[in-house]
Amino acid sequence: MWDYTDKVKEHFLNPRNVGEITDADAVGEVGSLACGDALKLFIKLDEKKERIVDARFQTFGCGSAIASSSALTEMVKGKTLDEALQISNQEIADFLGGLPEEKMHCSVMGQEALEVAIAKYRGVEAPKHGHDHVETEGEIVCKCFGLTDIFLKKVISSNKLHTAEQVTHFTKAGGACGGCIPKIKELIAEVMGEEKKAAPERPTKLTNLKKMQLIQETLENEIRPQLWADGGDLELIDIDGANVQVAFRKACAGCASSGNTAKFVEQKLREMVSPDITVQEVQG
Amino acid sequence: MKEIYLDNNATTRVDERVFEEMRPYFCELYGNPSSMHFFGGQVQKKVDEARSRVAALLGALPDEIVFTACGTESDNAAIRSALEVFPEKRHIITSRVEHPAVLTQCRNLTKRGYRVTELNVDGNGQLDLKELEAALDDDTVIVSLMYANNETGVIFPIEEAAKMVKAKGALFHTDAVQAVGKIPLNMAESAIDLLSLSGHKLHAPKGVGVLYVRRGTPFRPLLVGGHQERGRRAGTENTASIIAMGKACELAHLHMPEEAGRVREMRDRLERELTALIPNTRINGGGTNRLPNTLSIAMEFVEGEGILLLLSEKGICASSGSACTSGSLEPSHVLRAMGVPFTCAHGSIRFSLSRFTTDAEIDAVIKELPPIISRLRQMSPFGREFLNK
Ligand code: FES
Repeated sequence: MWDYTDKVKEHFLNPRNVGEITDADAVGEVGSLACGDALKLFIKLDEKKERIVDARFQTFGCGSAIASSSALTEMVKGKTLDEALQISNQEIADFLGGLPEEKMHCSVMGQEALEVAIAKYRGVEAPKHGHDHVETEGEIVCKCFGLTDIFLKKVISSNKLHTAEQVTHFTKAGGACGGCIPKIKELIAEVMGEEKKAAPERPTKLTNLKKMQLIQETLENEIRPQLWADGGDLELIDIDGANVQVAFRKACAGCASSGNTAKFVEQKLREMVSPDITVQEVQG
Repeated sequence: MKEIYLDNNATTRVDERVFEEMRPYFCELYGNPSSMHFFGGQVQKKVDEARSRVAALLGALPDEIVFTACGTESDNAAIRSALEVFPEKRHIITSRVEHPAVLTQCRNLTKRGYRVTELNVDGNGQLDLKELEAALDDDTVIVSLMYANNETGVIFPIEEAAKMVKAKGALFHTDAVQAVGKIPLNMAESAIDLLSLSGHKLHAPKGVGVLYVRRGTPFRPLLVGGHQERGRRAGTENTASIIAMGKACELAHLHMPEEAGRVREMRDRLERELTALIPNTRINGGGTNRLPNTLSIAMEFVEGEGILLLLSEKGICASSGSACTSGSLEPSHVLRAMGVPFTCAHGSIRFSLSRFTTDAEIDAVIKELPPIISRLRQMSPFGREFLNK
């Protein structure tokens, strides 16, 4: 059974705002029966057509799909359309105290429905989403779930996804036949490459505080995801000047080649943070 | 809240009588059955008794029984053995609806150059023996087909299949994990070479299984080392669990006819009432032979996890044939192989009963499930026009 937070359970058992709004100003529909989840979102605006006064939903899906829909309708009320558009899938998940990673696609679905509804209302072309299962912009990468490269890259980048498995959890891509996984990995690499280019040049002189921050970020965003992919992990134990102490966890702990792994960590940190860094493996 | 446990195809409660039988073999009679002294000897006797009890349930000979750690190990050992015995043959036949213990293994073997034929099933989840016959060739080393399906309870015509396979000179293995103890089997009159079973599906604890190996069947062990199980499975015996397995088999053997009848009646009543009370349902595998304890019911326009969570709020434990509960995203491979439409597959729920299931528990499901389904359907964007009529 999934480890759902109390808030998820609460919103699943007592979903807020279930149903339709017959004179809705905006309706957004994503998902399909085949896909296993679908959401229809209804939005009602105030007289000046500025703020959202009511939102209702119909959902076909699992516990977290229902809870995410309920959360979304609560979150948009009182917001202007532009403010509502700012809501990210991560915020929907946060509102619920978090979702299991395997269920993040439910929060993505909520965000998509909102975008579709607002685009329709404004008469602009609705953004194309993976959950739609219609001809979409870009090239289809995952045939099973009909997801395009443009959609996948967007989710990869906005949620900082590093592994194909994470992409599956967020979008379902790769969750059926798995045929698209190599392509998903390419997309991840592409997004990472683009982001690296876009990232500002590393400042030449780092203050100690900056250095420590950068070390932490590099460990979190660049190094640990790669270790996870092989079932390993590490923990940052201490930073003393340029000396970084780490302890290996899971498959990396006690791995015969942890020395090589430490070398890899050191190399990466030298490249991303500062050339004088040394990495020391400690038991912690 | 009293729990109502209707997920017995996943695992069963250990019968008190089984537990009592195994209890002394932890702290008092903890000898190693391989030891030469009397202390090990008395355990050895008890292990032998367990072997005879398992054999009696299967209509087999005691020396045809090999104790393993689980059904998965038995399945793996059976297939691996066949491949080692006949290294020149490279073709394996199985079905699309097997348990992953068989299916995953076979699919992995394709990477090692084996040709694997996965037989299809029809809309009822039933096998077409003509397809098996057509698939068999001189290169076929082993055919592995489950006796009864864990999700739908559908029983395959295993004896006919086994005869067909033997006539072609291949080995025949069946994963009978769901069938043993629920329907009678008789190895003495069977053509099956290898058969797997698992303790925790018949009220013994988890962590013990059996591989039946017909006398004269060439066999290569998966685990090598000591001489336990007459060289067919090395490793110190899990004695307490083996003894429990023996007792569980004895109980199944003694009570099967009466129990199966009672369980079937409850299952049929559950099926009748639910289909009457809930519109737009279908029974997966309903049109063919099924285990007496299994009901897989598909309800359109709702998704399985929601149903399970709401049932769980009422203390009812069942299982879903759908994606979201398992972490995989598609409906179960069994329902997909049967061609169950998506409108139904996502909303399929499996109730599996046991000797401990009571009429009152069935009543509770009949009372609680229909309002849950209508509540979720009210929430669903699909099929509303249709259901509101
Ligand atoms: S193509 Fe993506 S899972 Fe099948």
